[in-house]
Amino acid sequence: MIESSSTVLVNAAEHRVGTLEELRDLARHSHLLASLVKRDLTVRYKRSVIGFFWTMLNPLLLMIILTVVFSALFRFEGIEPYAVYFLSEYLVFGFFSQTTVTSMTSLSWNGGLMKKVRVPKSIFAISTTISGLVNLCLAYIPLFVIMMVLDAPIRPAVFFLPVAFLIIGVFTLGVSFFLSALAVYFEDVSHMYQVATIGLMYMTPIIYPISIIPYKYLWLVRGNPLTHLFKLARDPIYLGQLPAGHVIQASVISAVVALVLGWLVFHRLSRNFYHHL
Amino acid sequence: MNATSIEFRNVSLDFKLSNEGGITSFKEWVIRRVTRKLSYRTMRALDNITFDIPSGATLGVIGHNGAGKSTMLRIAAGILRPSEGVATMRGEIAPIIELGTGFEFELSGRENIFFNGALLGRSWGDMSERVNEIIDFSELGEFIDHPIRTYSTGMIVRLAFAIATTVDPSILLLDEVLSVGDQRFQAKCNRRMRDFQDRGVTTVLVSHSLSAIEKICSSCLWLDHGKVKASGSVDDVTSEYRAWVESQNGNQAMIMARS
Repeated sequence: MIESSSTVLVNAAEHRVGTLEELRDLARHSHLLASLVKRDLTVRYKRSVIGFFWTMLNPLLLMIILTVVFSALFRFEGIEPYAVYFLSEYLVFGFFSQTTVTSMTSLSWNGGLMKKVRVPKSIFAISTTISGLVNLCLAYIPLFVIMMVLDAPIRPAVFFLPVAFLIIGVFTLGVSFFLSALAVYFEDVSHMYQVATIGLMYMTPIIYPISIIPYKYLWLVRGNPLTHLFKLARDPIYLGQLPAGHVIQASVISAVVALVLGWLVFHRLSRNFYHHL
Repeated sequence: MNATSIEFRNVSLDFKLSNEGGITSFKEWVIRRVTRKLSYRTMRALDNITFDIPSGATLGVIGHNGAGKSTMLRIAAGILRPSEGVATMRGEIAPIIELGTGFEFELSGRENIFFNGALLGRSWGDMSERVNEIIDFSELGEFIDHPIRTYSTGMIVRLAFAIATTVDPSILLLDEVLSVGDQRFQAKCNRRMRDFQDRGVTTVLVSHSLSAIEKICSSCLWLDHGKVKASGSVDDVTSEYRAWVESQNGNQAMIMARS
């Protein structure tokens, strides 16, 4: 039967919900988290038969386009095969941008739910990130197919990928917390961010090698945390080797900092979400 | 088991409202912040509310629109935190059953049963055991496998009621829903409500329908502009409320006649 639980709500000014309390609350709602992820994936894949194949098809089509553009029109010297170089990072970028954008909308979409039953508000960003990671793993299947077709070697370093995804996932979650909290207050944040992601993509060596960046802009690309983070996913695939120690180190630091800052902002702003949803 | 299930002690709730009518643009907010044209006023939605609901009792809440009934329900659900005072709820609280939101409209009724169960902390297996009972009670038949967006309002409420009342909560919060559906379904809901009372489930029912409140509630609370105007036995409060409504209508009629 039901375990007895008691809720005491005192004066909001005196009683602030601590991070620990919220984490305990999240643990209690693990069934809901599983259900939210399941829901995300069901809505995405089940409703349309081609849904699942589309996720597979998308990188394939993109590869054809970009291979034509960058092999025939613009050529970057020394990148071979280009499709593997590009996709190994672009798929991760797709995960990052899609997850952060979806988290922003998911919080407002679930506003109705939050007005009906008490749920930990952070659960939506977390579930969006988890379902994004599932999609990311699936998106790598066609990449491996492409590698086999292009005769690119798949080396044991690919077993590092789960670790890479985890670090990137933590970073993405932190950014999602920050942006989704802001988006509850301001409608235009998500429009501004969509433009910002395009800028972000060109600030990261995804479609081009870092060697083409002029020296005076190098700091911009080097200082971009995505540059290190995405290398975690590219090196095991494109180079077939583990990322360098300093890359892993920088990535872990970026991820932890993003998570802590994102959480603090989210936690602070979430107290007044109700009035803005 | 504790004697009281819901306890409000001097509960007040303030809303912070922007004087500019709600800024939803980040650019605008930055500009106003810089030019210091940002002011707020507070609106007291609930003012010093105190009441107890013994476990197993059913409280009816009445009052005009905007009196704070739904806000009070949201505090009881643990969604809103009082600005002042203490609200204590003992037991497991089902989601507020109300018209509209709360379901995933792209998913089928059956999938929503599991999703709603998860909201209450019920596992997949747990809900599998109850799913047939819920479908039976909701009378949705084959519609249960259609997406919720194809449902009528009545069907949605039936499903929400069936889910919340089948998962065995100890506190049930209803916002204006017992007046939905045909006579027969209403009678069925009333029967289930009585069944609940027998099992010691505490219920808060917000309704404009005095007859619904008289039928199932054991006590009644009348809210007016966020304050308790009257509370006590159902008969006393509802008759007082009826008299007040009539006097208001009388005033209105006089004003109308004069103009």
